[in-house]
Amino acid sequence: MNEIVILSGKGGTGKTTVTALLAALSANAVLADCDVDAANLHILLKPEIKETFEFLGSQKAQINSYKCKGCGQCEKVCRFSAIKDFKVNSIFCEGCRVCYNICPEKAIDMIDTLAGHWYISDTKYGPMVHAKLGAAEENSGKLVSVVKKAAREIAEKAGKIIITDGPPGIGCPVISSLSGANLVLIVTEPTASGFHDFERLLNLANNFNVTIKVVINKFDIAEKKAREIEKYCINKGIEVIGKIPFDEEIIKSISEGIPPVLYSSGLAVQALKGIALSLFNDFGK
Amino acid sequence: MIISIASGKGGTGKTTVAVNLALTLKDIIPVKLLDCDVEEPNAHLFLKPEFIEKDIVTLPIPQIDKKKCTLCGKCIKICAYHALARVGKKVLVFEELCHGCGGCSLLCPEGAITEINKEIGFVEKAIVKGIEFIRGTLTIGSALAPPVIKKVKSRISKDKLNIIDSPPGTSCPMINAVSGSDYCILVTEPTPFGLNDLKSAVESVRELEIPFGVIINRAGLGDKIIEDYLFEEKIPLLLKIPFNKLYAKSYANGNILIEDYPNLKQDFLQLWNFIEGRIKA
Ligand code: SF4
Ligand code: SF4
Repeated sequence: MNEIVILSGKGGTGKTTVTALLAALSANAVLADCDVDAANLHILLKPEIKETFEFLGSQKAQINSYKCKGCGQCEKVCRFSAIKDFKVNSIFCEGCRVCYNICPEKAIDMIDTLAGHWYISDTKYGPMVHAKLGAAEENSGKLVSVVKKAAREIAEKAGKIIITDGPPGIGCPVISSLSGANLVLIVTEPTASGFHDFERLLNLANNFNVTIKVVINKFDIAEKKAREIEKYCINKGIEVIGKIPFDEEIIKSISEGIPPVLYSSGLAVQALKGIALSLFNDFGK
Repeated sequence: MIISIASGKGGTGKTTVAVNLALTLKDIIPVKLLDCDVEEPNAHLFLKPEFIEKDIVTLPIPQIDKKKCTLCGKCIKICAYHALARVGKKVLVFEELCHGCGGCSLLCPEGAITEINKEIGFVEKAIVKGIEFIRGTLTIGSALAPPVIKKVKSRISKDKLNIIDSPPGTSCPMINAVSGSDYCILVTEPTPFGLNDLKSAVESVRELEIPFGVIINRAGLGDKIIEDYLFEEKIPLLLKIPFNKLYAKSYANGNILIEDYPNLKQDFLQLWNFIEGRIKA
Protein backbone atom coordinates (compact mmCIF):
# COMPACT_ATOMS: atom_id res chain seq x y z
CA MET A 1 0.00 0.00 0.00
CA ASN A 2 1.26 3.37 -0.93
CA GLU A 3 0.46 6.71 0.50
CA ILE A 4 1.83 10.15 -0.35
CA VAL A 5 1.16 12.94 2.11
CA ILE A 6 1.62 16.48 0.93
CA LEU A 7 2.71 18.85 3.69
CA SER A 8 4.11 22.33 3.88
CA GLY A 9 4.78 23.46 7.43
CA LYS A 10 3.30 26.85 6.73
CA GLY A 11 -0.03 27.26 5.01
CA GLY A 12 -0.52 29.05 1.72
CA THR A 13 2.44 27.55 -0.10
CA GLY A 14 0.27 25.83 -2.70
CA LYS A 15 0.04 22.44 -1.02
CA THR A 16 -3.59 21.92 -2.00
CA THR A 17 -3.01 22.96 -5.60
CA VAL A 18 -0.13 20.51 -5.91
CA THR A 19 -2.26 17.76 -4.34
CA ALA A 20 -5.09 18.41 -6.78
CA LEU A 21 -2.73 18.33 -9.74
CA LEU A 22 -1.14 15.09 -8.68
CA ALA A 23 -4.65 13.68 -8.27
CA ALA A 24 -5.56 14.80 -11.77
CA LEU A 25 -2.40 13.34 -13.24
CA SER A 26 -2.49 10.05 -11.39
CA ALA A 27 -5.92 8.63 -12.26
CA ASN A 28 -5.31 5.77 -9.85
CA ALA A 29 -5.64 7.35 -6.47
CA VAL A 30 -7.92 7.79 -3.53
CA LEU A 31 -7.81 11.42 -2.46
CA ALA A 32 -7.88 12.39 1.19
CA ASP A 33 -8.16 15.91 2.52
CA CYS A 34 -6.59 15.82 5.97
CA ASP A 35 -6.49 19.58 6.33
CA VAL A 36 -9.80 19.17 8.14
CA ASP A 37 -9.45 22.48 9.88
CA ALA A 38 -9.42 24.47 6.63
CA ALA A 39 -10.38 21.92 4.01
CA ASN A 40 -9.90 23.25 0.50
CA LEU A 41 -9.30 20.34 -1.81
CA HIS A 42 -13.02 20.08 -2.54
CA ILE A 43 -12.94 23.51 -4.16
CA LEU A 44 -10.60 22.19 -6.81
CA LEU A 45 -11.84 18.62 -7.18
CA LYS A 46 -15.57 19.31 -6.88
CA PRO A 47 -16.55 16.06 -5.20
CA GLU A 48 -20.01 14.65 -5.38
CA ILE A 49 -20.89 13.53 -1.87
CA LYS A 50 -22.01 9.90 -1.68
CA GLU A 51 -22.03 9.28 2.05
CA THR A 52 -22.04 11.60 5.06
CA PHE A 53 -20.91 10.60 8.57
CA GLU A 54 -21.07 12.39 11.88
CA PHE A 55 -17.88 13.08 13.76
CA LEU A 56 -18.12 13.14 17.52
CA GLY A 57 -15.45 15.24 19.16
CA SER A 58 -14.26 14.81 22.70
CA GLN A 59 -16.95 14.67 25.33
CA LYS A 60 -17.62 17.80 27.34
CA ALA A 61 -18.52 18.05 30.98
CA GLN A 62 -21.89 19.43 31.98
CA ILE A 63 -22.94 20.18 35.54
CA ASN A 64 -26.41 19.18 36.61
CA SER A 65 -27.50 22.10 38.76
CA TYR A 66 -30.13 20.04 40.61
CA LYS A 67 -27.59 17.58 41.90
CA CYS A 68 -24.76 20.06 42.47
CA LYS A 69 -24.28 21.04 46.11
CA GLY A 70 -21.65 23.64 45.34
CA CYS A 71 -18.66 21.97 46.99
CA GLY A 72 -16.34 23.39 44.36
CA GLN A 73 -14.14 20.28 44.02
CA CYS A 74 -14.55 20.25 40.25
CA GLU A 75 -13.28 23.77 39.85
CA LYS A 76 -10.27 22.95 41.99
CA VAL A 77 -9.20 19.89 40.03
CA CYS A 78 -9.79 21.27 36.54
CA ARG A 79 -6.40 22.13 35.06
CA PHE A 80 -7.87 23.77 31.98
CA SER A 81 -9.71 26.54 33.86
CA ALA A 82 -12.91 25.39 32.22
CA ILE A 83 -15.12 25.55 35.31
CA LYS A 84 -16.22 28.76 36.93
CA ASP A 85 -19.20 29.29 39.23
CA PHE A 86 -20.39 25.73 38.60
CA LYS A 87 -20.62 26.23 34.87
CA VAL A 88 -18.44 24.55 32.27
CA ASN A 89 -16.97 26.62 29.49
CA SER A 90 -17.13 24.10 26.69
CA ILE A 91 -14.46 25.88 24.68
CA PHE A 92 -11.86 25.19 27.34
CA CYS A 93 -13.13 21.80 28.46
CA GLU A 94 -10.78 19.13 27.14
CA GLY A 95 -13.01 16.24 28.15
CA CYS A 96 -10.50 14.77 30.59
CA ARG A 97 -13.29 13.63 32.94
CA VAL A 98 -11.37 14.47 36.11
CA CYS A 99 -14.28 16.55 37.41
CA TYR A 100 -16.68 13.79 36.48
CA ASN A 101 -14.63 11.26 38.41
CA ILE A 102 -14.12 13.43 41.45
CA CYS A 103 -17.60 14.89 41.99
CA PRO A 104 -19.01 13.40 45.22
CA GLU A 105 -22.59 14.10 44.12
CA LYS A 106 -22.25 12.55 40.65
CA ALA A 107 -23.57 15.82 39.38
CA ILE A 108 -21.40 15.94 36.26
CA ASP A 109 -22.35 14.33 32.98
CA MET A 110 -20.06 13.81 30.03
CA ILE A 111 -21.90 14.78 26.87
CA ASP A 112 -21.01 13.72 23.35
CA THR A 113 -20.58 16.69 21.06
CA LEU A 114 -21.04 16.74 17.33
CA ALA A 115 -17.77 18.28 16.18
CA GLY A 116 -18.22 17.97 12.44
CA HIS A 117 -18.90 15.71 9.51
CA TRP A 118 -16.87 13.64 7.13
CA TYR A 119 -17.71 12.44 3.67
CA ILE A 120 -16.99 9.81 1.08
CA SER A 121 -17.33 11.31 -2.37
CA ASP A 122 -16.66 10.77 -6.04
CA THR A 123 -14.55 13.07 -8.13
CA LYS A 124 -13.54 12.99 -11.75
CA TYR A 125 -10.17 11.73 -10.62
CA GLY A 126 -11.22 9.05 -8.15
CA PRO A 127 -12.86 8.60 -4.78
CA MET A 128 -12.25 11.23 -2.16
CA VAL A 129 -12.56 11.32 1.63
CA HIS A 130 -12.90 14.71 3.24
CA ALA A 131 -14.32 16.41 6.29
CA LYS A 132 -15.59 19.59 7.77
CA LEU A 133 -14.92 20.46 11.36
CA GLY A 134 -17.56 22.63 13.03
CA ALA A 135 -16.73 26.21 13.94
CA ALA A 136 -14.51 26.51 16.99
CA GLU A 137 -14.27 22.74 17.37
CA GLU A 138 -11.18 20.88 18.45
CA ASN A 139 -9.81 17.42 18.00
CA SER A 140 -8.76 17.77 14.43
CA GLY A 141 -6.05 15.17 15.02
CA LYS A 142 -8.70 12.59 15.73
CA LEU A 143 -10.72 13.59 12.68
CA VAL A 144 -7.58 13.28 10.55
CA SER A 145 -7.24 9.68 11.74
CA VAL A 146 -10.86 8.99 10.81
CA VAL A 147 -10.38 10.38 7.30
CA LYS A 148 -7.16 8.46 6.82
CA LYS A 149 -8.67 5.20 7.95
CA ALA A 150 -11.59 5.50 5.54
CA ALA A 151 -9.27 6.41 2.66
CA ARG A 152 -7.09 3.43 3.45
CA GLU A 153 -10.02 1.04 3.40
CA ILE A 154 -11.16 2.28 0.00
CA ALA A 155 -7.63 2.19 -1.39
CA GLU A 156 -7.02 -1.33 -0.18
CA LYS A 157 -10.20 -2.62 -1.73
CA ALA A 158 -9.62 -0.92 -5.04
CA GLY A 159 -5.87 -1.42 -5.20
CA LYS A 160 -5.17 2.28 -5.44
CA ILE A 161 -2.64 4.63 -3.94
CA ILE A 162 -3.61 7.41 -1.52
CA ILE A 163 -2.80 11.04 -2.12
CA THR A 164 -3.33 13.08 1.02
CA ASP A 165 -3.54 16.83 1.38
CA GLY A 166 -2.08 17.37 4.84
CA PRO A 167 -2.68 20.03 7.46
CA PRO A 168 -0.30 22.94 8.08
CA GLY A 169 1.93 23.21 11.12
CA ILE A 170 3.74 20.53 13.10
CA GLY A 171 1.15 19.82 15.79
CA CYS A 172 -1.26 17.03 16.45
CA PRO A 173 -3.10 16.93 13.08
CA VAL A 174 0.21 16.76 11.21
CA ILE A 175 1.49 13.98 13.44
CA SER A 176 -1.76 12.08 12.77
CA SER A 177 -1.47 12.57 9.03
CA LEU A 178 2.13 11.33 8.97
CA SER A 179 1.44 7.99 10.60
CA GLY A 180 1.54 5.16 8.10
CA ALA A 181 2.54 7.27 5.09
CA ASN A 182 5.38 6.09 2.85
CA LEU A 183 6.28 9.35 1.26
CA VAL A 184 6.07 12.96 2.31
CA LEU A 185 6.15 15.59 -0.35
CA ILE A 186 6.93 18.93 1.21
CA VAL A 187 5.79 21.96 -0.74
CA THR A 188 7.73 25.02 0.24
CA GLU A 189 8.04 28.54 -1.09
CA PRO A 190 11.11 30.72 -1.34
CA THR A 191 10.40 33.11 1.52
CA ALA A 192 12.04 33.57 4.88
CA SER A 193 9.02 32.12 6.65
CA GLY A 194 8.49 29.35 4.11
CA PHE A 195 12.06 28.19 4.68
CA HIS A 196 11.81 28.42 8.46
CA ASP A 197 8.61 26.35 8.61
CA PHE A 198 10.03 23.85 6.15
CA GLU A 199 12.97 23.25 8.48
CA ARG A 200 10.71 22.68 11.46
CA LEU A 201 8.55 20.27 9.50
CA LEU A 202 11.61 18.40 8.30
CA ASN A 203 12.74 17.91 11.87
CA LEU A 204 9.39 16.40 12.69
CA ALA A 205 9.10 14.22 9.59
CA ASN A 206 12.58 12.80 10.19
CA ASN A 207 11.16 11.00 13.21
CA PHE A 208 8.85 9.00 11.00
CA ASN A 209 9.80 6.19 8.72
CA VAL A 210 9.07 8.06 5.49
CA THR A 211 10.89 9.14 2.38
CA ILE A 212 10.93 12.93 2.10
CA LYS A 213 10.92 14.83 -1.18
CA VAL A 214 10.63 18.54 -1.81
CA VAL A 215 8.95 20.81 -4.29
CA ILE A 216 9.65 24.55 -4.39
CA ASN A 217 6.55 26.40 -5.46
CA LYS A 218 6.55 29.92 -6.94
CA PHE A 219 10.32 29.63 -7.09
CA ASP A 220 10.61 32.60 -9.47
CA ILE A 221 9.28 35.07 -6.90
CA ALA A 222 12.65 35.01 -5.15
CA GLU A 223 15.14 32.93 -7.07
CA LYS A 224 17.98 33.59 -4.68
CA LYS A 225 15.99 32.23 -1.75
CA ALA A 226 14.93 29.26 -3.89
CA ARG A 227 18.57 28.42 -4.54
CA GLU A 228 19.24 28.69 -0.81
CA ILE A 229 16.55 26.13 -0.09
CA GLU A 230 17.87 23.86 -2.83
CA LYS A 231 21.37 24.00 -1.41
CA TYR A 232 20.04 23.24 2.03
CA CYS A 233 18.24 20.16 0.70
CA ILE A 234 21.31 18.90 -1.13
CA ASN A 235 23.30 19.20 2.08
CA LYS A 236 20.69 17.21 3.94
CA GLY A 237 20.51 14.59 1.22
CA ILE A 238 16.91 15.41 0.35
CA GLU A 239 15.79 15.33 -3.24
CA VAL A 240 14.18 18.44 -4.73
CA ILE A 241 12.00 16.88 -7.39
CA GLY A 242 10.72 20.03 -8.96
CA LYS A 243 10.44 23.79 -9.03
CA ILE A 244 7.16 25.33 -10.07
CA PRO A 245 6.94 28.86 -11.40
CA PHE A 246 4.25 31.27 -10.23
CA ASP A 247 1.21 30.77 -12.46
CA GLU A 248 -2.35 31.79 -11.71
CA GLU A 249 -3.64 29.72 -14.62
CA ILE A 250 -3.33 26.50 -12.68
CA ILE A 251 -5.64 27.30 -9.83
CA LYS A 252 -8.08 28.86 -12.31
CA SER A 253 -8.13 25.76 -14.46
CA ILE A 254 -8.90 23.36 -11.66
CA SER A 255 -11.47 25.52 -9.97
CA GLU A 256 -13.23 25.77 -13.30
CA GLY A 257 -13.18 22.00 -13.38
CA ILE A 258 -10.87 21.61 -16.34
CA PRO A 259 -7.82 19.42 -15.90
CA PRO A 260 -4.84 21.78 -16.06
CA VAL A 261 -3.18 19.59 -18.64
CA LEU A 262 -5.92 20.51 -21.08
CA TYR A 263 -6.25 24.10 -19.96
CA SER A 264 -2.71 25.27 -20.11
CA SER A 265 0.60 24.07 -21.40
CA GLY A 266 2.45 26.72 -19.48
CA LEU A 267 5.66 26.23 -17.57
CA ALA A 268 3.90 25.41 -14.34
CA VAL A 269 1.97 22.52 -15.83
CA GLN A 270 5.13 21.19 -17.39
CA ALA A 271 6.93 21.37 -14.06
CA LEU A 272 4.06 19.53 -12.39
CA LYS A 273 4.01 16.82 -15.01
CA GLY A 274 7.67 16.21 -14.30
CA ILE A 275 7.00 16.00 -10.58
CA ALA A 276 4.13 13.58 -11.04
CA LEU A 277 6.17 11.40 -13.34
CA SER A 278 9.03 11.13 -10.89
CA LEU A 279 6.67 10.39 -7.97
CA PHE A 280 4.58 7.79 -9.70
CA ASN A 281 7.68 6.15 -11.10
CA ASP A 282 8.92 5.63 -7.57
CA PHE A 283 5.62 4.19 -6.66
CA GLY A 284 5.45 1.84 -9.60
CA LYS A 285 2.01 3.44 -9.89
CA MET B 1 -6.57 46.06 24.98
CA ILE B 2 -6.14 42.88 22.98
CA ILE B 3 -6.32 42.64 19.20
CA SER B 4 -5.81 39.29 17.57
CA ILE B 5 -4.88 38.69 13.95
CA ALA B 6 -6.23 35.44 12.56
CA SER B 7 -7.10 33.77 9.28
CA GLY B 8 -8.87 30.59 8.30
CA LYS B 9 -5.93 29.44 6.27
CA GLY B 10 -2.22 29.94 6.54
CA GLY B 11 -0.12 32.04 4.23
CA THR B 12 -2.55 34.91 3.88
CA GLY B 13 -0.26 37.49 5.46
CA LYS B 14 -1.35 37.35 9.09
CA THR B 15 2.14 37.83 10.42
CA THR B 16 2.80 40.69 8.00
CA VAL B 17 -0.25 42.51 9.32
CA ALA B 18 0.61 41.82 12.96
CA VAL B 19 4.20 43.03 12.63
CA ASN B 20 3.38 46.10 10.56
CA LEU B 21 0.46 47.11 12.73
CA ALA B 22 2.59 46.78 15.85
CA LEU B 23 5.42 48.86 14.40
CA THR B 24 3.03 51.52 13.13
CA LEU B 25 1.22 51.92 16.44
CA LYS B 26 4.23 51.90 18.75
CA ASP B 27 4.59 55.65 18.23
CA ILE B 28 1.13 56.30 19.66
CA ILE B 29 0.72 53.67 22.33
CA PRO B 30 2.92 51.09 24.09
CA VAL B 31 2.71 47.87 22.08
CA LYS B 32 3.31 44.24 22.90
CA LEU B 33 3.35 41.72 20.09
CA LEU B 34 2.66 38.10 21.06
CA ASP B 35 3.38 35.38 18.51
CA CYS B 36 0.88 32.65 19.38
CA ASP B 37 1.43 30.71 16.17
CA VAL B 38 3.54 28.34 18.24
CA GLU B 39 3.67 25.57 15.64
CA GLU B 40 5.25 27.89 13.09
CA PRO B 41 6.23 31.14 14.79
CA ASN B 42 7.37 33.58 12.14
CA ALA B 43 7.20 37.14 13.44
CA HIS B 44 10.80 36.92 14.65
CA LEU B 45 11.98 36.41 11.07
CA PHE B 46 10.95 39.99 10.38
CA LEU B 47 11.74 41.58 13.73
CA LYS B 48 15.10 39.80 14.14
CA PRO B 49 15.03 40.17 17.93
CA GLU B 50 17.62 39.24 20.50
CA PHE B 51 15.79 37.34 23.19
CA ILE B 52 16.60 38.31 26.75
CA GLU B 53 14.40 35.86 28.62
CA LYS B 54 13.34 32.26 28.10
CA ASP B 55 10.76 30.30 30.07
CA ILE B 56 10.26 26.60 29.55
CA VAL B 57 6.65 25.42 29.20
CA THR B 58 6.05 22.06 30.77
CA LEU B 59 3.25 19.58 31.12
CA PRO B 60 2.87 17.40 34.20
CA ILE B 61 3.20 13.78 33.08
CA PRO B 62 2.55 10.81 35.35
CA GLN B 63 5.36 8.67 36.62
CA ILE B 64 4.40 5.36 38.11
CA ASP B 65 6.13 3.85 41.09
CA LYS B 66 6.36 0.16 40.25
CA LYS B 67 6.79 -0.78 43.89
CA LYS B 68 3.54 0.82 44.98
CA CYS B 69 1.43 -0.02 41.93
CA THR B 70 -0.86 -3.01 42.39
CA LEU B 71 -1.90 -3.04 38.73
CA CYS B 72 -5.50 -2.33 39.71
CA GLY B 73 -6.01 -0.60 36.36
CA LYS B 74 -7.96 2.36 37.72
CA CYS B 75 -5.70 4.94 36.12
CA ILE B 76 -5.97 3.22 32.74
CA LYS B 77 -9.73 3.29 32.98
CA ILE B 78 -10.05 6.94 33.87
CA CYS B 79 -7.56 8.33 31.34
CA ALA B 80 -9.71 9.93 28.65
CA TYR B 81 -6.83 10.02 26.16
CA HIS B 82 -5.66 6.42 26.38
CA ALA B 83 -2.28 7.61 27.53
CA LEU B 84 -1.87 4.69 29.93
CA ALA B 85 -1.79 1.01 29.17
CA ARG B 86 -0.84 -2.15 30.92
CA VAL B 87 1.94 -4.07 29.28
CA GLY B 88 2.88 -7.21 31.16
CA LYS B 89 3.46 -6.31 34.79
CA LYS B 90 3.78 -2.61 34.18
CA VAL B 91 1.63 0.41 33.50
CA LEU B 92 3.18 2.37 30.66
CA VAL B 93 2.75 6.09 30.00
CA PHE B 94 2.46 7.26 26.39
CA GLU B 95 3.68 10.78 26.89
CA GLU B 96 2.55 12.13 23.53
CA LEU B 97 -1.06 11.28 24.32
CA CYS B 98 -1.11 12.69 27.85
CA HIS B 99 -2.85 16.05 28.30
CA GLY B 100 -1.54 16.51 31.82
CA CYS B 101 -4.98 16.54 33.36
CA GLY B 102 -3.73 15.07 36.62
CA GLY B 103 -6.61 12.62 36.90
CA CYS B 104 -4.51 9.49 37.25
CA SER B 105 -2.30 10.78 40.05
CA LEU B 106 -5.32 12.19 41.84
CA LEU B 107 -7.33 8.99 41.68
CA CYS B 108 -4.75 6.22 42.05
CA PRO B 109 -5.81 4.42 45.23
CA GLU B 110 -2.23 3.42 46.02
CA GLY B 111 -0.66 6.83 45.68
CA ALA B 112 1.65 5.23 43.13
CA ILE B 113 1.65 8.13 40.69
CA THR B 114 3.68 11.28 40.91
CA GLU B 115 4.06 13.87 38.20
CA ILE B 116 7.17 14.96 36.41
CA ASN B 117 7.39 17.98 34.16
CA LYS B 118 7.91 17.32 30.50
CA GLU B 119 9.09 20.16 28.30
CA ILE B 120 6.62 20.89 25.49
CA GLY B 121 7.78 24.32 24.41
CA PHE B 122 9.17 27.65 25.51
CA VAL B 123 8.27 31.31 25.68
CA GLU B 124 10.78 34.06 24.98
CA LYS B 125 10.84 37.79 25.36
CA ALA B 126 12.68 40.55 23.53
CA ILE B 127 12.59 44.30 23.26
CA VAL B 128 12.96 45.13 19.60
CA LYS B 129 12.30 48.19 17.44
CA GLY B 130 10.53 49.89 20.33
CA ILE B 131 8.04 47.14 21.12
CA GLU B 132 7.95 44.26 23.52
CA PHE B 133 7.91 40.97 21.67
CA ILE B 134 6.85 37.60 23.12
CA ARG B 135 7.23 34.40 21.16
CA GLY B 136 5.99 30.92 21.95
CA THR B 137 7.55 27.85 20.32
CA LEU B 138 6.17 24.34 20.42
CA THR B 139 8.82 21.66 20.80
CA ILE B 140 9.00 19.60 17.62
CA GLY B 141 7.22 16.31 18.13
CA SER B 142 4.93 17.67 20.81
CA ALA B 143 1.28 17.68 19.84
CA LEU B 144 -0.11 20.11 22.38
CA ALA B 145 -0.09 23.71 21.22
CA PRO B 146 -2.75 25.14 23.59
CA PRO B 147 -0.67 25.02 26.80
CA VAL B 148 2.14 26.90 25.04
CA ILE B 149 -0.34 29.44 23.69
CA LYS B 150 -1.79 29.93 27.17
CA LYS B 151 1.69 30.58 28.51
CA VAL B 152 2.30 33.23 25.85
CA LYS B 153 -1.02 34.83 26.67
CA SER B 154 -0.20 34.94 30.36
CA ARG B 155 2.23 37.71 29.32
CA ILE B 156 -0.53 40.04 28.18
CA SER B 157 -0.23 43.48 29.82
CA LYS B 158 -3.35 45.39 30.77
CA ASP B 159 -1.75 48.78 30.20
CA LYS B 160 -0.53 48.05 26.69
CA LEU B 161 -1.96 47.32 23.32
CA ASN B 162 -1.49 43.58 22.93
CA ILE B 163 -1.37 42.29 19.37
CA ILE B 164 -1.73 38.54 19.04
CA ASP B 165 -0.52 36.70 15.96
CA SER B 166 -2.84 33.70 15.97
CA PRO B 167 -2.23 30.25 14.48
CA PRO B 168 -4.09 29.57 11.22
CA GLY B 169 -7.24 27.50 11.06
CA THR B 170 -10.26 27.47 13.28
CA SER B 171 -9.64 24.64 15.73
CA CYS B 172 -8.23 24.48 19.24
CA PRO B 173 -4.99 26.45 18.78
CA MET B 174 -6.74 29.31 17.00
CA ILE B 175 -9.60 29.39 19.51
CA ASN B 176 -7.15 29.45 22.39
CA ALA B 177 -5.20 32.30 20.84
CA VAL B 178 -8.16 34.46 19.86
CA SER B 179 -10.47 34.01 22.85
CA GLY B 180 -10.53 36.99 25.17
CA SER B 181 -9.64 39.50 22.44
CA ASP B 182 -11.40 42.84 22.22
CA TYR B 183 -11.22 42.75 18.46
CA CYS B 184 -10.17 40.25 15.84
CA ILE B 185 -8.73 41.08 12.43
CA LEU B 186 -9.19 38.32 9.88
CA VAL B 187 -6.72 38.35 7.01
CA THR B 188 -7.69 36.73 3.75
CA GLU B 189 -6.79 36.71 0.08
CA PRO B 190 -9.07 37.01 -2.95
CA THR B 191 -9.02 33.37 -4.08
CA PRO B 192 -11.67 30.64 -3.77
CA PHE B 193 -9.48 29.16 -1.00
CA GLY B 194 -9.33 32.47 0.78
CA LEU B 195 -13.10 32.84 0.72
CA ASN B 196 -13.76 29.30 1.88
CA ASP B 197 -11.42 29.62 4.84
CA LEU B 198 -12.61 33.10 5.67
CA LYS B 199 -16.14 31.76 6.07
CA SER B 200 -14.98 29.19 8.65
CA ALA B 201 -12.99 31.82 10.50
CA VAL B 202 -16.02 34.13 10.57
CA GLU B 203 -18.13 31.33 12.06
CA SER B 204 -15.54 30.83 14.78
CA VAL B 205 -15.18 34.46 15.82
CA ARG B 206 -18.95 34.81 15.81
CA GLU B 207 -19.11 31.79 18.09
CA LEU B 208 -16.65 33.51 20.41
CA GLU B 209 -18.64 36.74 20.19
CA ILE B 210 -15.65 38.89 19.33
CA PRO B 211 -16.15 41.92 17.08
CA PHE B 212 -14.16 41.54 13.89
CA GLY B 213 -13.31 42.93 10.49
CA VAL B 214 -11.40 41.75 7.44
CA ILE B 215 -8.22 42.70 5.63
CA ILE B 216 -7.86 41.54 2.04
CA ASN B 217 -4.22 40.89 1.26
CA ARG B 218 -2.87 40.56 -2.27
CA ALA B 219 -5.96 42.37 -3.47
CA GLY B 220 -6.35 42.65 -7.21
CA LEU B 221 -4.98 39.17 -7.80
CA GLY B 222 -8.36 37.56 -8.03
CA ASP B 223 -11.89 38.83 -8.45
CA LYS B 224 -14.32 40.47 -6.09
CA ILE B 225 -15.63 37.34 -4.34
CA ILE B 226 -14.43 38.45 -0.92
CA GLU B 227 -15.87 41.94 -1.16
CA ASP B 228 -19.22 40.56 -2.26
CA TYR B 229 -19.25 38.19 0.66
CA LEU B 230 -18.34 40.91 3.18
CA PHE B 231 -21.06 43.15 1.80
CA GLU B 232 -23.68 40.43 2.08
CA GLU B 233 -22.66 39.52 5.61
CA LYS B 234 -22.26 43.16 6.69
CA ILE B 235 -18.68 42.59 7.77
CA PRO B 236 -16.42 45.65 7.75
CA LEU B 237 -13.64 45.64 5.17
CA LEU B 238 -10.78 47.15 7.13
CA LEU B 239 -8.09 47.41 4.52
CA LYS B 240 -6.97 46.18 1.14
CA ILE B 241 -3.29 45.55 0.62
CA PRO B 242 -2.75 45.35 -3.13
CA PHE B 243 -0.81 42.53 -4.75
CA ASN B 244 2.53 43.93 -5.71
CA LYS B 245 5.62 42.04 -6.82
CA LEU B 246 7.76 44.46 -4.82
CA TYR B 247 5.82 43.75 -1.62
CA ALA B 248 6.15 40.03 -2.29
CA LYS B 249 9.94 40.40 -2.67
CA SER B 250 10.20 42.45 0.48
CA TYR B 251 8.29 39.73 2.34
CA ALA B 252 10.31 36.89 0.83
CA ASN B 253 13.50 38.46 2.09
CA GLY B 254 12.12 38.90 5.59
CA ASN B 255 11.90 42.68 5.35
CA ILE B 256 9.30 44.79 7.09
CA LEU B 257 6.82 46.28 4.65
CA ILE B 258 6.37 49.70 6.28
CA GLU B 259 10.14 50.11 6.50
CA ASP B 260 10.49 49.48 2.76
CA TYR B 261 7.28 51.33 1.88
CA PRO B 262 6.51 53.93 4.59
CA ASN B 263 3.42 55.16 2.72
CA LEU B 264 1.62 52.05 4.00
CA LYS B 265 1.82 53.37 7.56
CA GLN B 266 -1.09 55.65 6.83
CA ASP B 267 -3.30 52.66 6.02
CA PHE B 268 -2.48 50.89 9.26
CA LEU B 269 -3.17 54.08 11.21
CA GLN B 270 -6.60 54.42 9.64
CA LEU B 271 -7.28 50.81 10.41
CA TRP B 272 -6.38 51.40 14.02
CA ASN B 273 -8.64 54.47 14.28
CA PHE B 274 -11.54 52.41 13.03
CA ILE B 275 -10.90 49.54 15.43
CA GLU B 276 -10.32 51.80 18.41
CA GLY B 277 -13.63 53.50 17.70
CA ARG B 278 -15.32 50.14 17.48
CA ILE B 279 -13.93 48.84 20.74
CA LYS B 280 -14.75 51.98 22.69
CA ALA B 281 -18.24 52.30 21.27
S1 SF4 C 1 -4.35 3.35 39.61
FE1 SF4 C 1 -2.41 3.26 40.71
S2 SF4 C 1 -2.29 1.17 41.50
FE2 SF4 C 1 -3.91 1.18 39.95
S3 SF4 C 1 -2.82 0.54 38.08
FE3 SF4 C 1 -2.79 2.78 38.09
S4 SF4 C 1 -0.84 3.29 39.10
FE4 SF4 C 1 -1.23 1.14 39.53
S1 SF4 D 1 -2.50 13.03 33.47
FE1 SF4 D 1 -4.55 12.75 32.56
S2 SF4 D 1 -4.07 12.50 30.39
FE2 SF4 D 1 -2.15 12.17 31.46
S3 SF4 D 1 -2.06 9.97 31.77
FE3 SF4 D 1 -2.98 10.84 33.61
S4 SF4 D 1 -5.18 10.72 33.23
FE4 SF4 D 1 -4.19 10.44 31.25
